[in-house]
Amino acid sequence: MRIHLTSAFVDDQEKALRFYTEVLGFVKKHDVPLGEDRWLTVVSAEEPDGTQLLLEPSRHPVVAAYKTGLAADGIPAVSFAVDNVHAEFDRLRGLGVQFTQEPLEMGQVTTAVLDDTCGNLIQIVHSK
Amino acid sequence: MAEDVFKALADPTRRRILDELAERDGQTLFEICTRLVTKHGLGLSRQAISQHLAVLESAGLVRSRRQGRYKFHDLNTAPLEHIVTRWLRPDSPESTP
Repeated sequence: MRIHLTSAFVDDQEKALRFYTEVLGFVKKHDVPLGEDRWLTVVSAEEPDGTQLLLEPSRHPVVAAYKTGLAADGIPAVSFAVDNVHAEFDRLRGLGVQFTQEPLEMGQVTTAVLDDTCGNLIQIVHSK
Repeated sequence: MAEDVFKALADPTRRRILDELAERDGQTLFEICTRLVTKHGLGLSRQAISQHLAVLESAGLVRSRRQGRYKFHDLNTAPLEHIVTRWLRPDSPESTP
């Protein structure tokens, strides 16, 4: 069994698509109209057949409380692997991305946490 | 007030939290929990850390601030200076009985 798809609840799918592709560097995989919303997934440019991230609309009534609670305590909704957290931190901050946790060395792992502008915190991580 | 500071400092986990905030101000609860578990092997629940933070906050040693949707914690050393001057400058009157 492998992870096929995981999801993040986004406030605005179009805005999320721009952030996840133009800023983070993912590539759009599926974009299927579903009434007011879309079945919208992105994948890593390095792994087009890898795990998809579904940019899921935040419309369901319980989602707001979930997102507000996680954000207040700085808890990431999802985690992405990068080659070098410090380099990504510099690159993304240069693009105006806000971080709630600057790069932090934790033994074998380095992490940072950023705001995806759609209501989520995203952790980036690399291992030594 | 001073007694709250002593009570807050009496716990080793709370002292660790202050150590970590001294290294970097403006940490979320998530970062504090991460630091405690990875650097000090303190595998407490987020709820427990949150309660420790509340004790530190009520003693004035930690200040929390909301920035947008996020909550950050900063170290405030002012109450410690008050404790030190109590004995270094014994002429200052005791503020609490």
